Amino acid sequence: MKAVSLPLPAEPMPGQIRFGAFRRSAKLLFGTPLNAALTLLFGVLLVATVPPMLRWLVIDAVLFNPNPSACRVATGACWSFIYAKSGQLLFGIYPLDERWRPAIVCLLILALLGWSVRPASWAPRLLALWVAALVLIFWLMGGGIGLTEVPTSSWGGLPVTLLLTVVAIGVAFPVGIVLALARRSTMPAIRIGAVVLIESVRGLPLLSILFVASIMMPLFLPEALLPDKFVRALVALTIFAAAYLAEVIRGGLQAIPKGQYEAAAALGLPFWRAQYLIILPQAIRVAIPALANTIIVMIKNTSLVLVVGLFDLISSGKAALADPDWPSPAAETFLFIGAIFFALSFSFARFADFLERRGPTAH
Amino acid sequence: MLLSAPTRVPSMPDPSAAPAIQMTGMNKWYGNFHVLKNINLTVHRGEKLVICGPSGSGKSTMIRCINRLEEHQQGQIAVEGVELSHDLKQIDVIRRDIGMVFQHFNLFPHLTILENLTLAPIWVRRMRRGQAEQTAMHYLERVKIPDQAHKYPGQLSGGQQQRVAIARALCMSPKIILFDEPTSALDPEMVKEVLDTMVALAEDGMTMLCVTHEMGFARQVADRVVFMDQGEIVEMNTPSEFFSHPRHQRSKLFLAQILN
Repeated sequence: MKAVSLPLPAEPMPGQIRFGAFRRSAKLLFGTPLNAALTLLFGVLLVATVPPMLRWLVIDAVLFNPNPSACRVATGACWSFIYAKSGQLLFGIYPLDERWRPAIVCLLILALLGWSVRPASWAPRLLALWVAALVLIFWLMGGGIGLTEVPTSSWGGLPVTLLLTVVAIGVAFPVGIVLALARRSTMPAIRIGAVVLIESVRGLPLLSILFVASIMMPLFLPEALLPDKFVRALVALTIFAAAYLAEVIRGGLQAIPKGQYEAAAALGLPFWRAQYLIILPQAIRVAIPALANTIIVMIKNTSLVLVVGLFDLISSGKAALADPDWPSPAAETFLFIGAIFFALSFSFARFADFLERRGPTAH
Repeated sequence: MLLSAPTRVPSMPDPSAAPAIQMTGMNKWYGNFHVLKNINLTVHRGEKLVICGPSGSGKSTMIRCINRLEEHQQGQIAVEGVELSHDLKQIDVIRRDIGMVFQHFNLFPHLTILENLTLAPIWVRRMRRGQAEQTAMHYLERVKIPDQAHKYPGQLSGGQQQRVAIARALCMSPKIILFDEPTSALDPEMVKEVLDTMVALAEDGMTMLCVTHEMGFARQVADRVVFMDQGEIVEMNTPSEFFSHPRHQRSKLFLAQILN
């Protein structure tokens, strides 16, 4: 082969552009033997997997026919099951006539979350709004004072997942900040207390903490002193999240130069004020990627409460699948639940990304 | 030229009032290392001191003891007659009245220039926001960068950042300002703008303690030059005496190194 230096093409004629693009992609795909082999391999894989997947998802699927027998004969997905069982999937074993209550709760939480991500609404009254909303939410879910009482053992589905996520992370975040500061304290008693708490919680699997909260606590606490099972699971999730968040925030605190503490002190700012105004805003900003990571893991960890008998989304899905009238379309159900978890986690990831881009970029 | 320069007379201390700063028999150790050895120094109100000496001589540590960024182990430090103790609240009260300008500026990078200046007046002095912003703009004009008020520190040059740091200290209307090598981290072309600001401040009668190697500044504004070496105050004199007739061998050596 002779090396020929080709003159670079001048401005391509309009008709040449497509040909050029074609040539470029052809070169990219088949330019070397390795590229050609990889292209062929992935081509075969795509041809082998995409058409059957499309057939299962859409073409052969039962989309709208509400008759369970249609699903038995169909070879594709049974989406009508999701639609027919949506109430049970979303609200679990909550009494049928009262399902409007968890529905309102879900909408309320989602609306509040949407409201809370606007920087314009970050003010002390946002916290007051959440506290008031949570009181309303627990009344709507639990009943009493004019509403039929529904014990937490009958709660289920999306409201349980949302409540566990929002309350556990919302409480764990400030607790994590205090733990992180305590672990850096110069006072030995406070530091050792924080180290012992963080390390023992991090050293245990979440499952075992949930088991202790829901199964062991009733063994040594009298019934009158025993909090509700939902509350116990909530506390366990909160402590677990707080320990992890504390370490992430501590990482952010390590990144703040000593000069920032000195400048704050030299201006006469007392410790907590300096932390609140100067150190934490910078430390949390540094830690945003790791914080988002931990929080997304926690959103999904809430599904572990199913092992202690709380009906989160996944438990509700499993309960719905047990209906003998239907052919038990597990894949479709878990895809649906997965889509909800994905929507929650992905929305949060986008929010974290937005926070990261906000504010000064140059340092 | 030298003759026409105004002779600086240290402002006469009000006999009824305590000196701005009084250190008596002050000692400090880092572990076994004796950093400050028997420091005795009285600074009167309105006085300008330049503290110089080789690196590691303890000059930064000494001025950092005055606002308790460093703790001394022996002897007394009194600021405006109030002795520094372990009482954290009292330390915060003393710190409000002592401004500090650092070598590396230490502005708050997540806040705008205006927010940097108004933060302490609002949260420590309990000033209303509007009034704090007015004061801040007044001092930004004095350091000649009012147009940068809404930028972030990272967008400013080193010299501008250091002038903001001086304005930030002034916004608390301090009685004393400590300068810890304020021009050492600056590019050479920015040293002058910061020194000019400090000269203007000196002319207004501020009590200033300044750790610096800028001997021209010392000649121009200092009432006294304090020379430190190995944790001790070796020599203390008016700038003209200190530069023309250094008494101590170590002072002579230091001046020979720094002036050539």
